[in-house]
Amino acid sequence: MTNLETFRAETRAWLEENCPESMRTPMPEREMPWGGRNASYPNPDTKVWMDNMASRGWTAPTWPAEYGGGGLSKEENKVLQEELARIKARPALTSFGLWMLGPALLEFASEEQKKKYIGEIVRGEIRWCQGYSEPGAGSDLAGLQTKAEDKGDHYLVNGQKVWTSYADQCDWIFCLVRTDNSVKHDGISFLLIDMDDPGVEARPIKLISGSSPFCETFLTDVKVPKENLVGELNKGWTIAKRLLEHERSMISGMGMGAGAASMGGMEAVAKENFGTDGDRIADPAIRNAIAAHKMDQQAFGLTMKRAGEEAKAGQGMGAAASMFKYYGTEVNKRRFELLLDIMGTQALGWEGEGFDSKELAVTRSWLRSKGNSIEGGTSEVQLNVIAKRVLGLPTA
Amino acid sequence: MAFVLSEEQTMLRDMAKQFFSEQVPVTNLRKIRDDGSEDGFDRDVWKQIVELGFAGILIPEDLGGTGFGPMGIGIVMQEAGRTLAASPLYATAVLGAGMIIAAGSESQKKQLLPRVAAGELLLALAIDETNHHNPANIAMTATRDGDDFVLSGEKRFVIDGHIADKLIVAARTSGTPGETQGISAFLIDADMAGITRTRTHMVDTRNAANIAFDNVKVPADALLGGTDSAFPELENVLDMGRVCLSAEMLGGIETVFDTTLTYLKERKQFDAIIGTFQALQHRAAEMFCEVEICQSVVLDALSALEERRNDIPRAASLAKARLSEAARLITNEGVQMHGGIGMTDAVDVGLFLKRARVQAQMLGDANFHRSRYADLGGY
Repeated sequence: MTNLETFRAETRAWLEENCPESMRTPMPEREMPWGGRNASYPNPDTKVWMDNMASRGWTAPTWPAEYGGGGLSKEENKVLQEELARIKARPALTSFGLWMLGPALLEFASEEQKKKYIGEIVRGEIRWCQGYSEPGAGSDLAGLQTKAEDKGDHYLVNGQKVWTSYADQCDWIFCLVRTDNSVKHDGISFLLIDMDDPGVEARPIKLISGSSPFCETFLTDVKVPKENLVGELNKGWTIAKRLLEHERSMISGMGMGAGAASMGGMEAVAKENFGTDGDRIADPAIRNAIAAHKMDQQAFGLTMKRAGEEAKAGQGMGAAASMFKYYGTEVNKRRFELLLDIMGTQALGWEGEGFDSKELAVTRSWLRSKGNSIEGGTSEVQLNVIAKRVLGLPTA
Repeated sequence: MAFVLSEEQTMLRDMAKQFFSEQVPVTNLRKIRDDGSEDGFDRDVWKQIVELGFAGILIPEDLGGTGFGPMGIGIVMQEAGRTLAASPLYATAVLGAGMIIAAGSESQKKQLLPRVAAGELLLALAIDETNHHNPANIAMTATRDGDDFVLSGEKRFVIDGHIADKLIVAARTSGTPGETQGISAFLIDADMAGITRTRTHMVDTRNAANIAFDNVKVPADALLGGTDSAFPELENVLDMGRVCLSAEMLGGIETVFDTTLTYLKERKQFDAIIGTFQALQHRAAEMFCEVEICQSVVLDALSALEERRNDIPRAASLAKARLSEAARLITNEGVQMHGGIGMTDAVDVGLFLKRARVQAQMLGDANFHRSRYADLGGY
C-alpha cells in the first residue's frame, strides 16, 4: 500500500470509531458547532465530535502541527475530506477563526501569538468575530476612526464597530484600529481584543429579515495589552486585505439562504403555481426566466471549477475573488427575486398561519440576500477592484 | 483537466492564432467585401487553411484528416473568430464533414472525407426554412418515386449555399412539421436539375443562400443515414455546430473587449482619459465577467463533445445562449464606448457587431436555446 492508501485506511477506521452516529445526519442550524467560552451544545455529541477532531488537529487539517493544526499535506487533506464526505460527517467546527483569522495569523503573527491563538482556534475554545466596518467607514473601510492610543504598556482603544457578526456571542474580536491620524491606509493596525475586557459592549442589530446576526460593538477606554498587536504597527491594512480575500471567497459560495430546494426545486414550484403544458411550465415568461437563471448558475459553477483547475495548473485567473463575489452574490439575489415571481403572495408571508415554514424561510432568506452584495465589499467595490487591478484602467 | 489546454492543444492554438492574425486579418474580410467577391471567400487563404490541416481536423487520420477532434476545431474557430476570417471552414469542415462522419456509410466516408480534408470539396448543410432556426419544423418533402426520391421545397440561410459543390439537405420523408421522426438527410450535387441557388448578401459580408428545390429527382444512395430517422444524427451535428459557433463568437467578443479596453485607456475627454470614469469602469468590469463566463461555457461544451458526455445538448444550448447574449452586450458596448468613431465603417468594431448578430441567429438564438435547455431539464 502507498502512504496515501495507508492513511486512508487508518483515517477511515479512526472516523468510524470517533464520529458519533448523530454527527452523520443533516445539521439543524441550532446545532452549528461555533465553539467558544459560552457555547451551548443542545446535542452533546457536537462537543464530543469537535474534541475528537481537535485532538488530531483535524478541525484545521492543513495548518502546521506545531501550533495545533493537523499538519496534513494537500493530498492527505483531500483523502480526509473524502472520508468525511463518505460518512456524511457534519463539520466538527465552524468558525471565523478557522475561515478568516487563522490563515492571517499563520502569515503575519509572531511565534508567541501563533502558539497561543492558533491552538485555541483549532480546539474551538475561542469564538472570534471581525471588527472592521464602522458607522463612518463602510465601503471606504480605510477611513476607520476607532483609535488605539499608545499608553506605554498598553493601547487605549475608543470607537465603534458595526456589522460584527454574532459579536454578542463571541469571545474575542480582531479589530482594525487607527494608530496614526496623519495618513490613511498606513495608519491602521491589527489588534486582538478580549471581549470580556471592561469597556466592550455588543448590541444586536435587527435586520429587515427580522433576524440579528450582526451587532454594533462599542469600545470605550478598553485597555489592550501591547502583545495583542499583530504584525507591525501601522501595517494592519496589508493583513486586512488578505483577510478580506478569505471573506470574499467565503461569501461567493453558491446558494445562500433557504431556496426552493426543499420544495422540489423552482421548476416544480412554478409548475404548481402556473400549471403545465405537456412537461413545460405553462407560463412562457416564467419558464424562460427560470432557464436563464439556471444557465447563470451553471455557467458560474463552471467558472468556479475552471478557476480551480487553472490554479492547480499554475495559471492564475486574475482577481478571481472579486469576480466571484460580485457574480455569485448577484446571481443569488436574482434567485430570490425569481422565487418571489414564481410563488407570488406565498413568498410574502411574515409569520403565523397561511404559510408553511418553508415558505416563511423563503421570505426571510429573500430579505437577507439583499446583504450579500453589500457585506464583504459591495458589488460596486468588487467592480472597482476588477477595473483597476485586472483591467488596469487608470485612476483619475 | 477539461478547462486547461494540453500541450498539444496549446501548440495548435498558437499556430492558429499566428496564422489568422498574420495571414487573415480583418482587412481580408474588408477586401472580400470591397472587391465584391463572387465566392465570398479568399481561395488562397482557403488553400493555406487546408495545408495547415484545419479542413480535416474532425476527420480521422486514415481518411486523410488530422483527427484533432472537437476541442481542436473549437480552438481553431475561436482564433478565426478573432479576425472575422471568412472561409468555408465552418460549413464544410464542421457541419458538412460532421454530418458525413455521423451518418454516412463506410463508402460515403471513404469516398468523400479525404476530398474534404484535401480542400477539394465544399459542402453546405441546408436546414432552415423560415426566419428562425427550428429543425423539428422541417416541412420540405422528399417523396419516394420508385428507387428515387423527389425533393420539393425551399431552404433559407444556407451557409456557403452558393459556393458548395455538394449540399446536405434535411427533408421530410414522413410525418408532419414539428415531429422529429420522419426527417431524412440527402447528400446531393449542388447543381442538379431543379435546384435554384440565390446568394443572399448578409450584413456580415459572409456567405449564405436561399435554395429552391423544384421536383429534384435524387437516387436512393444519396441518403445520408436512415430513412425517416436522421434527426438524432442531425441534432448531434447541429450541437457540434452550435458549440463551434460559440467558440468563434468567443474569439470575436474577446477582440471587441480588448479593443474597447485599449480605447478606454487612450481616449481623452474633459481633460481626462475616459477609462478613469467610474461609469465606464464598472461596465468594463461587467464585460470582463461575461467574457470569463463565456470562456467557461465554451470550454465545457467542447469538452462535452470531446469526451462524448451525455449532456452534450445541454452544454451546447448553454454555450450558444450565453454567447449570443454576451456578444450582443459586448458589441453594443464596444460601439457605444468608441463613441462617434464606433459608428464609422473605418473601425472594426461595427464589423464585429454585424457578425455577432448573424452568429446569434445561426442554429438557434438565445430564446431558442433557453427553451431547449428548459425542455432538457424537464420544465
